[in-house]
Amino acid sequence: MTTTERTGTGRVDGGVPVLEARSLVKYFPVRRARFGVGGSAVHAVEDVTLALPESGITAVVGESGSGKSTLARMLAQLIKPTSGSVLLDGKPAVPGRSYARAVQLVLQDPFESLNPVHSVRYHLARPLQVHGLTGGASLDGLVTELLERVSLTPADEFIAKLPHELSGGQRQRVAIARALAVRPRVLLADEPVSMLDVSIRLGLLNLLADLRDRDGLAVLYVTHDIASARYLADQIAVMYAGQVVESGPAAPLTDEPAHPYTQLLLSAAPDPDRPTPPTLAAQGAPPNLTRPPSGCRFHPRCPHAMTVCTQTAPPAFALTGGHSSACWLHARDLTAAQSQPLQGRGRGGQDDGPQQATAKETPA
Amino acid sequence: MSGQRTVAQGTLATPDPPGAGALIEVAGLHVDYGFGQDAVHAVVDVDFSLHRGEVLGLAGESGSGKSTLAYAVTRLLGPPGLITAGQVRFRGSVDMLSATEHELRGLRWNDIAVVLQASMNALNPVSRIGAQFADVLHAHRPRMSRAAMRKRSGELLEMVGIPADRLRSYPHELSGGMRQRVLIAMALALDPAVVIMDEPTTALDVVTQREILQELTALRDRLNFAVLFISHDLSLLVEIADSIAVMYAGRLVELGPAGDVYRAPRHPYSLGLLGSFPPMHGPHKRMQGIPGSPPDLRTPPAGCAFNPRCRYAFDRCDADPHPPLFALGDGRAAACWLQDGTETVPEALAGKTGVRP
Repeated sequence: MTTTERTGTGRVDGGVPVLEARSLVKYFPVRRARFGVGGSAVHAVEDVTLALPESGITAVVGESGSGKSTLARMLAQLIKPTSGSVLLDGKPAVPGRSYARAVQLVLQDPFESLNPVHSVRYHLARPLQVHGLTGGASLDGLVTELLERVSLTPADEFIAKLPHELSGGQRQRVAIARALAVRPRVLLADEPVSMLDVSIRLGLLNLLADLRDRDGLAVLYVTHDIASARYLADQIAVMYAGQVVESGPAAPLTDEPAHPYTQLLLSAAPDPDRPTPPTLAAQGAPPNLTRPPSGCRFHPRCPHAMTVCTQTAPPAFALTGGHSSACWLHARDLTAAQSQPLQGRGRGGQDDGPQQATAKETPA
Repeated sequence: MSGQRTVAQGTLATPDPPGAGALIEVAGLHVDYGFGQDAVHAVVDVDFSLHRGEVLGLAGESGSGKSTLAYAVTRLLGPPGLITAGQVRFRGSVDMLSATEHELRGLRWNDIAVVLQASMNALNPVSRIGAQFADVLHAHRPRMSRAAMRKRSGELLEMVGIPADRLRSYPHELSGGMRQRVLIAMALALDPAVVIMDEPTTALDVVTQREILQELTALRDRLNFAVLFISHDLSLLVEIADSIAVMYAGRLVELGPAGDVYRAPRHPYSLGLLGSFPPMHGPHKRMQGIPGSPPDLRTPPAGCAFNPRCRYAFDRCDADPHPPLFALGDGRAAACWLQDGTETVPEALAGKTGVRP
């Protein structure tokens, strides 16, 4: 196998990105406020800014509860952000049919996202009819073309089938073909391969890469699997507790993670090439997002936590090559008091103090 | 290569270390779902053995029969599952397949414990953790006093890194990772010789998964139980298992020490599966995975079940019956006609390291 250069540009600086999230915030109320006070909310997404460039795959990596799916749903305009804006071609997006023609969402579970009583033909013809895209051409011809684009060939064999007659991978291809029917410019894929068998995942990921390269699609790839993000994406944004903690080009970000949370994630990921068993870079579990921690949301788990981390949320510090990390460790102008390590923790990551002993895991 | 290879028996493939018999020996095990013409052969002719202190990783995709195999071995398989042939021996003397319900009761949890996949469903939601520990201890150690049970339950929880005061919690008050730890602690309550774990960390986040695996490894080193660890994640198994058994369409297709299987797989399916995990290092390469999808076991392909997806398939693969597991030496075995000793083996499957694409 030969090493190939990535063809996707994946650059944010080259003009206006197709789709952009600016300071998106989403709170889900969990208890109704009485007389205007006392209501609490899950701070699911907090101030996330993200750009999806044309011909580029941007991966959002995070654990469950990190807000990555909420972000994808806000970008699809399925849920309304509490504040912040979604820009399509630099202009504020208006939810509705024209937006749906530009931005399409592919869901995780192809066993649930296809209607069991309808054939493949129906699933693919419906968006064409709803959006009036048939344009006099034969519907079956367009459906066949869509099936061929997702490599379900020969198309005649699949066109009349019902979802239960297809394998998981084939179903997910139908779901992608359905999203492609309206000729969108952005594809939001929320964990598109995590329900599929391991041996067929790469085929789907390669299909997304081909759509980027051939059709210039902007793709958002939401995943918990950082190895697949490294494989597929041009840019990676790592989310923790509703915030983007680190973002940058895929290879540098995974080879030299700058944020302690990314380091933790990478130290925990399965990697058979690791010479010795890994030592986890931190302990504990993500925080309860109805009462997120003060300052940096990772500080209760962070082996490098300093005084400033408990007080002020870190801004995103720009590193080299478009790589940025929201961590006070990158700040150069901290006072001695601010950079004082928290009790039981040192900058070297030696964490055997009392904080560590009790910070095992608390339920969300 | 000279001469045709012998067919591996489970004990040949993983030879006993001197002085230690296998804890579980499985030979020629067949499991069907349903009867007669309509029967689906979920497990076909499986041989393997599990030794004291060993972690055996059972890898395979969904529908490959790995859970069915585990349930058959422990006799937990319910209808319409049916064990149609084979032998399962525990400690060499107990015949698991002919054991009565009473005998099985004595073995289960005491000697063979099971940790199931859905930790959310395995615990009783309306009963405190402490009461659920007490249930287990009371059922198997009826003479144990309440105080002794409480003490033992607390010890078990602390063993898996949960404070003993959590005994007063209900399952919903614990996170997913903690619930899975509780189940592991419960499985270890009676100091079993064998723990069977069916995808114990699949529903968890990677960080929690890693913490649990590290605890499991430490406990295994301390208590020396054997683990049959079932997972679809081969890259994870390579890290934690001593040996690996790869299943495809109900059969064991490869067996061997974990590092060897990873570095130099001998079966095309293992090779393809390993090539389906994008690496964490190195330059970007386009990878291919395995074309096609796993077969429908109601209509299995003729010959080797993997031949329609195999890039090395040749005329024997669909003309001959499914290949048996050929012993390849050094505890390795593969069920592929390329490995029977008479064929020219492609370089990628020849057992040399460093050739995997």
